[in-house]
Amino acid sequence: MAHSKKIPDVIKGAIYVVGDNIDTDQIIPAQYLSLDPSRAEERRKFGWYAMSGLPEKGQGLPKGGVAFSQEGQAAGRFPIVVAGKNFGCGSSREHACIALQEAGVRAVIAEFFARIFYRNSVNGGYLMPCETQEERLCAAIATGMDGELILANTSKPVLHVAALKTSWTLSPLGEILPILEAGDLFSYARARGLMKPS
Amino acid sequence: MGMTLTEKILARASGQPRVQPGETVWAKVDVLMTHDVCGPPTIGIFHEQFGKSAKVWDREKVVIIPDHYIFTQDEKARRNVDTLRAFASDQQLPYYYDVGTERYKGVCHIALAEEGHTRPGEVLLGTDSHTCTAGAFGEFATGVGNTEAAFVMGTGKLWLRIPPTLRFVFEGALPPYLMAKDLILTVIGTIGVDGGTYRALEFDGDGVYSLSMEERMTLINMTIEAGGKNGLINPDQVTIAAVKAKTKKPFEPLTRDADGSYLKEYRFDCRTLEPLVAKPASPDNRATAREVEHTKVDRAYLGSCTGGKITDFLAAARVMKGRQVKVNTFVVPATSDIAKGLETHRVDGQSLKAIFEAAGCVIGPPSCGACLGGPLDTLGRLNEPMVCISSTSRNFPGRMGDKRAQVYLASPLTVAASAVRGEITDPREFLA
Repeated sequence: MAHSKKIPDVIKGAIYVVGDNIDTDQIIPAQYLSLDPSRAEERRKFGWYAMSGLPEKGQGLPKGGVAFSQEGQAAGRFPIVVAGKNFGCGSSREHACIALQEAGVRAVIAEFFARIFYRNSVNGGYLMPCETQEERLCAAIATGMDGELILANTSKPVLHVAALKTSWTLSPLGEILPILEAGDLFSYARARGLMKPS
Repeated sequence: MGMTLTEKILARASGQPRVQPGETVWAKVDVLMTHDVCGPPTIGIFHEQFGKSAKVWDREKVVIIPDHYIFTQDEKARRNVDTLRAFASDQQLPYYYDVGTERYKGVCHIALAEEGHTRPGEVLLGTDSHTCTAGAFGEFATGVGNTEAAFVMGTGKLWLRIPPTLRFVFEGALPPYLMAKDLILTVIGTIGVDGGTYRALEFDGDGVYSLSMEERMTLINMTIEAGGKNGLINPDQVTIAAVKAKTKKPFEPLTRDADGSYLKEYRFDCRTLEPLVAKPASPDNRATAREVEHTKVDRAYLGSCTGGKITDFLAAARVMKGRQVKVNTFVVPATSDIAKGLETHRVDGQSLKAIFEAAGCVIGPPSCGACLGGPLDTLGRLNEPMVCISSTSRNFPGRMGDKRAQVYLASPLTVAASAVRGEITDPREFLA
């Protein structure tokens, strides 16, 4: 299936690996939530603190101790995050998606997502949430390995990791595809005349 | 085939005769709630998308309750409340509960109920995961993000997928040493923190219907800790009386069909359950209080939407009356009504406030407090690695502050008993 330009054909770069049940307090700790992401100068700071709530042993599997972000750092070190089950559980804070986006994350691949985080990712157009039931990618891949997430065929996304000489087929993007293709919920709704009260 | 309560409410809200799990609908929203953490970014998106002079779709249906970062010197937190105040004024919102005024409430989920905004049969969305709490009133209630909330602000509707429903039946009235917190920790311990993901959780059985409204709210509040989309209790006369006492607005309750279809049913007998804790660092890390008794704690915390209501404090006071706490113990009422209630509610003739003060507790002002850590100067925040037993909802790493801290979740009875002993204690030790 072909798709619009809002979904990139390929996302390439180093992978950061985390485990199961990474909640939004770990993705962006509550002490930073007085920053208002609708103000540009405050929004970029979320990237500095992204994933700073991870305990040290969970910071970049399998070894841990790889800080995901640091204050003042430029974005883009890890464009792909690979996680286990239930990524983004806990609080509804959209700041979690924003922190990852500001840190340069363009896709998170998890076995499945907590539903509010998933909806936020899609409706806000922050990053591509890809799911895989195939196997424990978070146990197979090591932090720092380069990956290529190929989204050219949205019904059959593929993650390729050259260091492991392995490719995994991920779940189809599914029913959220029209919103991903439009870019976000507002673009989707505006194109369909859904922006008026009903 | 009939419908579950979630299906019936979402069918009516989307103008369909019936809906089925897996379908996506556009549902009309009856109440949209936001607070000081997610309100300002929501307002930012609303103006960006609908225009600088845009008005909310229905000012009677937007409720704004600052509650998260209130008693802090954090300048940006204050600035965020200013943003809410200006928006409420500009939009002429009748339901804005401003900081520093008589109208100030505190924790939004409890304030919504106190102010009559939780009504059976309706759809309530809020920019907070614990928005599900309102499902205790027989309505569909769930947490949303800022983008979704901004969309609702402008249009009054949102796309929702109809979830399949899990059913939990609790048989038998609760013995005096159990609370709703023990029931929901039982559920989360059984299905896991992801067992309810993309699913509705409905509760039934005489154990549930014997609960007070506040206890029902505790039960449903933590359905999100099982990943649930929403939690529900069929409205009964307790629900209707509680709502009518708070609002004159008309509402049309819905009740589930007898032949609704459930993905799975779980049955528990309240008489055989025991006081529980969730060990660090996950709400599904279940143990009985007795299995971990003698675990030393450095701090005890009673507060939040989960464990900071009058019923919670009455329970804690039953244990603490005439006793002293051995560790720093914080009592943080969820709302200003509850704070006043600490002076008017009594155990054996003594006010809750007097009991807690005599026991050596620190009583804080009403807000979300240290449940989610918050700014570094938040009262009771775990600013160093320590062990805390708490009546709050979540104990993932760093939730209450330092990510090396260890948090045990428990009922207010168990928290109080543990505060008195300085180690985790089954409350039956103190209940004659």
